[in-house]
Amino acid sequence: MSRWLPLMPPSAATSADRLDALFLFLVASSALITLVIFACLIVFSVKYRRRPGNEVARQIVGSWKLETTWTLIPLGLSMIPFFWGATLYFDLSSPPDNALNVRVVARQWMWKFEHPDGQSEIDELHVPVGQPVRLTMISQDVIHSFFVPAFRVKMDVLPGRYTTAWFQATTAGRYRLECAEFCGLDHSRMTGWIVVMEPADFANWLATQGTQSLASQGERLFQQLGCNGCHRADTLARAPRLDGLYGQTVRLQDGSQVLADDTYIRTSIINPSGQVVDGWQPIMPTFQGQLSEEQLLTLVEYIRSIGPAPGAPAPEPRPSPPPRPPIDPYGGGTPIPSPLTPAPLLPAEQSPSPAPAITGSPTR
Amino acid sequence: MSAVAIAPPPRTYVANGASIWSWLLTEDHKRIAILYVITITLMFFIGGIAATVMRVELLTPEGDLVSSSAYNKLFTVHGVIMVWFFLIPSIPNTLGNFLIPIMIGARDLAFPKLNLASWYIYLFGAAFTLWAVLNGGVDTGWTFYTPYSTQSSTTHVVSTTLGIFILGFSSILTGLNFIVTIHTMRAPGMTWGRLPLFVWSHYATSIILVLATPVLAITLLLVAIERVLRVGIFDPELGGDPLLYQHMFWFYSHPAVYIMILPGMGVVSELIAAFAHKRVFGYSFVAASSIAIAVLGFLVWGHHMFTAGMSVHAALIFSLLSYLVAIPSAIKVFNWTATLYGASITFDTPLLYALGFIGLFVIGGLTGLFLAALAVDVHVQDTYFVVAHFHYIMVGGMVTAYMGGLHYWWPKMTGRMYPELWGKLAALTIFLGFNLTFFPQYIVGYLGMPRRYHVYPPEYQVLNVLSTAGASILAVGYLLPLIYLLWSLRWGKEAGPNPWGAPGLEWQTSSPPPPHNFETTPIVREPPYMYPDRRVVGDPSAHRPQMRDGSHGG
Repeated sequence: MSRWLPLMPPSAATSADRLDALFLFLVASSALITLVIFACLIVFSVKYRRRPGNEVARQIVGSWKLETTWTLIPLGLSMIPFFWGATLYFDLSSPPDNALNVRVVARQWMWKFEHPDGQSEIDELHVPVGQPVRLTMISQDVIHSFFVPAFRVKMDVLPGRYTTAWFQATTAGRYRLECAEFCGLDHSRMTGWIVVMEPADFANWLATQGTQSLASQGERLFQQLGCNGCHRADTLARAPRLDGLYGQTVRLQDGSQVLADDTYIRTSIINPSGQVVDGWQPIMPTFQGQLSEEQLLTLVEYIRSIGPAPGAPAPEPRPSPPPRPPIDPYGGGTPIPSPLTPAPLLPAEQSPSPAPAITGSPTR
Repeated sequence: MSAVAIAPPPRTYVANGASIWSWLLTEDHKRIAILYVITITLMFFIGGIAATVMRVELLTPEGDLVSSSAYNKLFTVHGVIMVWFFLIPSIPNTLGNFLIPIMIGARDLAFPKLNLASWYIYLFGAAFTLWAVLNGGVDTGWTFYTPYSTQSSTTHVVSTTLGIFILGFSSILTGLNFIVTIHTMRAPGMTWGRLPLFVWSHYATSIILVLATPVLAITLLLVAIERVLRVGIFDPELGGDPLLYQHMFWFYSHPAVYIMILPGMGVVSELIAAFAHKRVFGYSFVAASSIAIAVLGFLVWGHHMFTAGMSVHAALIFSLLSYLVAIPSAIKVFNWTATLYGASITFDTPLLYALGFIGLFVIGGLTGLFLAALAVDVHVQDTYFVVAHFHYIMVGGMVTAYMGGLHYWWPKMTGRMYPELWGKLAALTIFLGFNLTFFPQYIVGYLGMPRRYHVYPPEYQVLNVLSTAGASILAVGYLLPLIYLLWSLRWGKEAGPNPWGAPGLEWQTSSPPPPHNFETTPIVREPPYMYPDRRVVGDPSAHRPQMRDGSHGG
């Protein structure tokens, strides 16, 4: 379209072309309906205007046939955009398994991005062409909304809970990122760029940023905070094991079951007594206000990295361990030193690919 | 001798007392309607000034006229004033207040004192909100989304929301008054099947006013409680849930959209019948569709939250229901269009507004179907596409209908005709200015310009310049009627009781009507809109519409 008067935004993701097709269908069908109605209004206005020979109207009470027709036909036609729109929406809500997982923290008025290997960026996100990218997003203050017009992707970013979005870029270039939910004074300046690169360029870019992976940062924090004093595999454990937990169903004390996803893990750190795992005592202290969202997401990333291998069958709800006497692990005791930490807690440093659950097949 | 002592009763409600107190303490629904006309007109221009400053600011991509803080307050003031202090009371409290008792052949509303109380409550609420605006303003947007409104904003959130909380009681009392009046005060023979469609649409509106407004009151009270007492309701830091706020807010605010459009639809039904000189095609379908909209309108609030982190399955249901709620609106448009078939149309100003309403409402309604398609909403939610869509409904629809209704019933309310040529000129100016203002916003929204942006990327500028140009035409269009309608109060032609030759009860009494509307209680013997029929009478001038009786076939 013209640079002077653009009519459509650039299209740079698989989702964009698919959405434009639906949008143009809606434009065309709406234009047709509008034209028909306007034509009727104009023709009737001219033909039935008051003039000699037409001083009195012909009174018509109504017609069941017509009413039924113009109720049922629009109802039927409207199901086309309903199903079409719903199908695309479900696609937008289901990121592929091999997606690159990027963590997003929004705050007034900036975007922070964390790549799985620990590279972090502010107000700019580099992604490769052709690779699905999954965004796991959280806000540190008020509601924001991640919006990239060129991808036709938008998702609100909430405080206190993770939301996700995904896209697969198709064309290298720089595309606008905008905050779409009003978030205060500089809402309109909470913008940035998505930089889409050819895969080789992206790999080079990642290499120049070199840093520690999110999962290993999380592991270090896990040990610094002494989490491994209780969350351990041996008989001294006073809290549930976390290896293999991610993505499983957990049975709680009140008999209900929850999925151990990002939000569950984050909530369990912030508010441990809210969802107590069946068979364990609610002895864990809260970490509310002590950890930044960035730190929390490294912990979540770590627990995700020690989760079951991708594609492993989901087992039954994890059996409850035998009940244990309540012990206060924080009563002056020091965390168990890391040599005693059971092996499953360490794969991040041992593996050349630090977050196997995220990057998926290494052949890409 | 004694006959000399008895003063004759005042001939019109206007002549029934000239002191300021005879207006401020009146219990006459017609006088209260005039009080509302004056107050909401004032509010419309306050909200309009805020919009004008915003449009001038948006001429350039940089923020060079006002600061970001001022801009955020401007769009909040614009939204709050226009939604709650203009649109919601606009037609119901002015035309509805004036006409519903007359249209059903009653002396007044069921609770005249409550009606006056509604106006004072409205003023009291407006005082709170205007105080907040004048003392630094509020910057949350009219939606007051949490946790921004409860935790982050440093502006006058509490006094603004309290103003709206108070105003809500005015809405509830008006709705209650209308429902009771329509149920109990219809003249002999005024069956439900003979109610004018204007009354039907106000009945539907009143149901929403009574059922939805309390939820708004609760929600805004919870915002104030969280903000002042730090009780965790919506703020996750305090253990609350921000999506809960959005569910509660839209549970009111989506039905409120129908509070804002249903009365306009009622006006348009009257205007089309009056200037087609014809019965409304499919009366019972038009009436029933108002009730269907009121009921279905309560079930679609989730479509404001498709990108808010709601479950995909809930989104699916809300999308489906949003398509369903469009059907009754479509039925109305088709019936209005069909009413013109075989008519004998005169093109006076009110009809121009009615035709403009249909055109703009069709565009606004169809783009609503874009928003109901889930994946499209993901892209255009919170952009100017949404702004354009709801302005086509609220301004292109409701304000156009209000202007049409005001012109149509102006001779009844004041006894004077407005100047026809100026009326047509203003209607045309408004139509052109409106489209130039808001059509470019659909495009800039699809391009990706988010709403509530003080500064914006330069590629959106051309469309914003077009929009601002349109807004200046629109402003002229709205100022014209203000001038010539006031002019007509003194210099307008005497209207007489029935300048349009319409059969409705409001035209069977004098203009302006006497204090108790009718000299004697009318008896209704026929369905509404009984215009002469070409097939019944060879000579139209000999025809008396009242002669025909018969139930409505529909």
